[in-house]
Amino acid sequence: MGVEIRVEGLTKAFGRQTIWADVSLTLPAGEISVLLGPSGTGKSVFLKTLVGLLKPESGHIWIGDRDLPRLSEHLLYETRKLFGVLFQDGALFGSMNLYDNIAFPLREHTKKSESEVRRIVMEKIDMVGLVGAEGKLPGEISGGMRKRAGLARALVLDPEIILFDEPDSGLDPVRTAYLNQLIVDLNAQIGATFLIVTHDINTARTVPDNIGLLFRRELIMFGPREMLLSSEEPVVRQFLNARRHGPIGMSEEKDVSELEAEAKLGHDPGQLPPIPPQLMPTDGGVRRSQSPPGSWLKAHGVQPPPGSFIDDLGRDWVQEWPRHVASRTPVAGAQPSMGGPGR
Amino acid sequence: MTRRPRRERRKDPRDGGVATGFGSVTDGVANLTVKEPGRFFALVLDTFRATFKWPFQWREFIQQAWFIVSVTVVPTALVAIPFGAILSLQIGGLIRQLGAQSFTGATAVVAIVREASPLVTALLIAGAAGSAMCADLGARKIREEIDAMEVLGINPLHRLVVPRMFACAFVGLFLNGLVSVVGIGGGYVFNVMLQGGTPGAYLASFNAAAQLPDLIQAEIKAFVFGITAALVAAYKGLGAKGGPKGVGDAVNQTVVITFMLLFLENFLISALYFQFVPQKGM
Repeated sequence: MGVEIRVEGLTKAFGRQTIWADVSLTLPAGEISVLLGPSGTGKSVFLKTLVGLLKPESGHIWIGDRDLPRLSEHLLYETRKLFGVLFQDGALFGSMNLYDNIAFPLREHTKKSESEVRRIVMEKIDMVGLVGAEGKLPGEISGGMRKRAGLARALVLDPEIILFDEPDSGLDPVRTAYLNQLIVDLNAQIGATFLIVTHDINTARTVPDNIGLLFRRELIMFGPREMLLSSEEPVVRQFLNARRHGPIGMSEEKDVSELEAEAKLGHDPGQLPPIPPQLMPTDGGVRRSQSPPGSWLKAHGVQPPPGSFIDDLGRDWVQEWPRHVASRTPVAGAQPSMGGPGR
Repeated sequence: MTRRPRRERRKDPRDGGVATGFGSVTDGVANLTVKEPGRFFALVLDTFRATFKWPFQWREFIQQAWFIVSVTVVPTALVAIPFGAILSLQIGGLIRQLGAQSFTGATAVVAIVREASPLVTALLIAGAAGSAMCADLGARKIREEIDAMEVLGINPLHRLVVPRMFACAFVGLFLNGLVSVVGIGGGYVFNVMLQGGTPGAYLASFNAAAQLPDLIQAEIKAFVFGITAALVAAYKGLGAKGGPKGVGDAVNQTVVITFMLLFLENFLISALYFQFVPQKGM
């Protein structure tokens, strides 16, 4: 399950204004990736380009052997059926209630009987925790519910790739935590390729397998979570730790003179904060695409900041991991007391 | 995956001063004369291609036709009554002075069936149906519903625009008939009851100057108007951007552009009609 997306040399401009240029990255099949960036760096534009809503100026988006920007209209619509997209505000159809919204793709694309549709829709509604609200119109429910309903609609055709456009914008921290947990659980359950576009650092630090950072019209870095969280690269470091000190200024980027002044003042960026353990599925299982904590660091000989991979209960997940995996493997789902390391 | 060397802050091409001021004017002109019409015709072509895709969205068609009827019927009837009355008022006096009172019915029918009813239909199709349609599509666009639909693998032109286009044309046909009937009725009431004309003269001269092709050309006009209004509304609605204000602007532009196009089409079809269909002698 899950499909790999390879992006090669992608460039997008509106008129004379380049949004980002020469972006190349590979979203590994079945893994969760997060795309970060300060406001206005074209994260949402990237997401829309990825599903073919916007045409890039140059570059390729390979999904299997199909190059998305060069597909015929018919093939493009076919390929889009692989995608599920959660838009910022859910993008539900305002004239339909939640049930009809979620049933819409099934009714349009499949010849399933109405009872079959009902079974699938109710299953997805249950998955996102909206049972009882299916008769409501999108205008009558809260933003968080709209997002979850949008997610249910995106899931209904069993997509291979799911894109989230700022799943945490406009949600309170508790709801964001629930949604993040839902994302991790979903990935464990269906194994699709996930891409989350966000600027919520907590999400970026705990949820994904890979992180990418867009800044100054280019992709600064894309790689495993541990690589970016332990990176000394000024932009990455500034953004992932929400500091004022660094190349990112209030209105996009700082001047050279500003940076020099900063350097003269001798701000010490200080030590990197510890790397938090990755969010685990609620049933205590392990996602297929999940790699053991610290494996990238070990492979590349990088010393993690002190206090890394220690959860709220004080367990060190570098040591806990083998035990956890061993306890899971013999009888899956038979361990009632195992909680995830997340918050 | 290393970071590239830091570049000097790039000059934004837009803060270039005088040269860009001129550039933006030429951009604006090019946009108005080439790009906008070009994009509009691209949408028209795509829509006609989507028309022949199976299956036709009957449900949406019926819902939209009903919606258009609900926003247009009452205003159409109310506009048509004074239209007939005013024609009687303007022509009635003149025709009496010429001693051609027996032809009042003929003038009313010619004026209303040939010209007035397509015009009233155009007003209502553009002002009520087109604006409502544009507002609906525009609101869907800015709420990202249209994007969501495309991502779900559904072509919004096929799913939304084609049924709206045919619904608008279909309802246009009936509106045109409605205006003709109500307008002639209004003229009759005004002429016979208020101006002292005779019912017999009004009714007897009904087909003295008018003929069946007059009605047919009016219906063709109404059909073309409906198609045009729906396409402009779809173009502007699906191109709405910039939040609620963008939708408002789109609706405003829809009404203005549709009016201009419909009056132009009205003129063209009338001119062609007079060229190709011989008129009745008196």
